[in-house]
Amino acid sequence: MKILTAIKQVAGRDARLRINPEATWIVEEEDLEFEINEPDAYALEAALELKDRHGGEVVVVSVGPERAGRAIREALAKGADRGIHIETESGAPADPLQTATLLERAAAAEAPDLVLTGLQSDDLGYGQTGVVLAELLGWPHATIIMQIERTAAGLRVKRELEGGWFQYLELPLPAVLTVQSGISKLRYATLMGIKKARTKPVKQIAAAELGPAPPPGLRIARVYAPPPVKQTQFLEGGPAEVAARLVEKLRAEARVL
Amino acid sequence: MSVLVVMEHRGGEWRRPAWETLAAGQQLGATAGMPVCAAAAGTGLEKLAEQLADKRLERVYAIEHELLGAYTADGFTAALEGLIRQIRPYYVLFPHTYQTRDFAPKLAARFGRVLVSDVVAWRLEGGRLGFVRQLFQGKLNADVYAAEGEPTFVSVQAGAFASVPVATGSAEVQRVTPQLEPTMIRARPGAPFQESRRSVDLSAAERIVAVGRGIKGQQNLKIVEELAEALGAELAASRPVCDNGWLPMDRQVGSSGQVVAPKLYVAVGISGAIQHVVGMKGARTVVAINKDREAPIFEVADYGIVGDLFEIVPALAAALRKAPI
Ligand SMILES: Cc1cc2nc3c(=O)[nH]c(=O)nc-3n(C[C@H](O)[C@H](O)[C@H](O)COP(=O)(O)OP(=O)(O)OC[C@H]3O[C@@H](n4cnc5c(N)ncnc54)[C@H](O)[C@@H]3O)c2cc1C
Ligand SMILES: Nc1ncnc2c1ncn2[C@@H]1O[C@H](COP(=O)(O)O)[C@@H](O)[C@H]1O
Repeated sequence: MKILTAIKQVAGRDARLRINPEATWIVEEEDLEFEINEPDAYALEAALELKDRHGGEVVVVSVGPERAGRAIREALAKGADRGIHIETESGAPADPLQTATLLERAAAAEAPDLVLTGLQSDDLGYGQTGVVLAELLGWPHATIIMQIERTAAGLRVKRELEGGWFQYLELPLPAVLTVQSGISKLRYATLMGIKKARTKPVKQIAAAELGPAPPPGLRIARVYAPPPVKQTQFLEGGPAEVAARLVEKLRAEARVL
Repeated sequence: MSVLVVMEHRGGEWRRPAWETLAAGQQLGATAGMPVCAAAAGTGLEKLAEQLADKRLERVYAIEHELLGAYTADGFTAALEGLIRQIRPYYVLFPHTYQTRDFAPKLAARFGRVLVSDVVAWRLEGGRLGFVRQLFQGKLNADVYAAEGEPTFVSVQAGAFASVPVATGSAEVQRVTPQLEPTMIRARPGAPFQESRRSVDLSAAERIVAVGRGIKGQQNLKIVEELAEALGAELAASRPVCDNGWLPMDRQVGSSGQVVAPKLYVAVGISGAIQHVVGMKGARTVVAINKDREAPIFEVADYGIVGDLFEIVPALAAALRKAPI
């Protein structure tokens, strides 16, 4: 089975975010840490496990500036076979239709049996790109997937519903699945894997080479810190001191002890 | 020009986020000066549609077809596409549920449009409607604008419009029969099920200590267990803690876990992403312990302690043991 996995490089979970002077995005400084979007790491894991079980090839594709090349190398070190880097000029955000259009052009050229994406990006949080990609490809899809099995007719997948409910779904191939975090345990890259990754092929394509992008469907006009919903009382002091004050407040003020 | 609210139902009842979206749609209609309609797809919708007949709506569209009995992305997309092409609403609103996530982006793409997903508020500025969305898991907000033109597809975050009442009035119910063929539906959905019977019912707990990824590893759980014991609290967790297998899934709080409403909720090393917050914001008193002063969990906390949980949690357990509850 040939599996194409879309991975996005996003600012690290613990990265300090600073809003840019135009207030349209964050400042992408040299020292800002980036990592593979968490659900995408799980999508890659699911792809590698399918390959372990059924053979085939795992190709990773990422749309992003030069730095995204590192996310691709990381995926290759974990066991992906090849990479496609659709290079953009900057890390400025694109909307899901624009990103899916680029991914569709790459996917059409690769003709995979299955495309996996994460269910949502941690930075933009649209939760749409995989579903839009399926529509552009004209393929069926399923979202928030927690299990993937190959069957004679195609796939049987487990879809997460809200509040601890699930559902199985059967789909023909080719198809697009959006993968939820926790689908499996993530593997680590081995030293051998890291060494091998250096020689695995990564195809660089400038985004513009793939044809005209659709006009922006969404425009981010202003980025700002969210206003608090509650008046938070911050307790300050050493650990023992704040602990004693909190116990006092929970008892006398909030009356929850 | 109108506002169309796409309602969602399960087990013969409207889901709560759908009511919230209906109220939000009425508010949007009033702001934009547009009439509001509601639509739902399924089978046997009479009873449900009746519940909308006394709401302030221009019309309720009950899209019925035997192929819509079980939800599928293909079926619902085609059914709503047909209605939207026919009635041409300006705004199409959805509750931002898992079902909406599954088909609304596809539906919007059919119109060459991008869904404005997971919106928490909006405001009219210079005659244009700006939508507020969260970025970076709630660490930042953004005002976003959809490209000019119609339809504009918007999904509304659960809870964001919970305080807006649904306006009453009267509505005409209209049955719609979509053009659907069995071959259009490519996925075969199974019936929804619950994984296993839950061994803990966190929804009944009076006090909860919830632990997040800040705990770093299973070997460190002992300190939060001791705090929970000192407080007489149940232990709960954010999703990554369960994904990593540090605690069982049935301890997970949030949109894919349990919804809790204790008197006291102590969030330890949890950042406060919306999918977690929807599960705990009904708590009466929230304490957050986090080393990052900017963590979104503090936005919903009554008491905040900025610092290292590995120092604060043991100190808190000790203070409670000194003055037992
Ligand atoms: C469809 C969907 C459904 C989801 N369902 C759920 C759900 O049901 N429940 C859920 O919880 N999540 C859910 N999520 C995931 C959610 O979006 C977040 O990714 C998750 O809640 C983050 O968990 P966390 O806060 O523990 O981890 P992180 O976001 O990594 O936060 C860890 C926090 O710990 C703090 N920290 C680190 N070290 C220390 C220290 N030494 N002392 C003090 N603080 C420290 C950090 O500052 C940080 O704020 C869902 C996501 C999606 C897309
Ligand atoms: N720039 C990108 N490059 C590769 N994949 C992406 C990109 N943006 C989004 N995706 C994929 O689409 C998923 C959903 O993203 P989003 O719609 O932004 O929430 C992500 O989890 C990725 O798998």
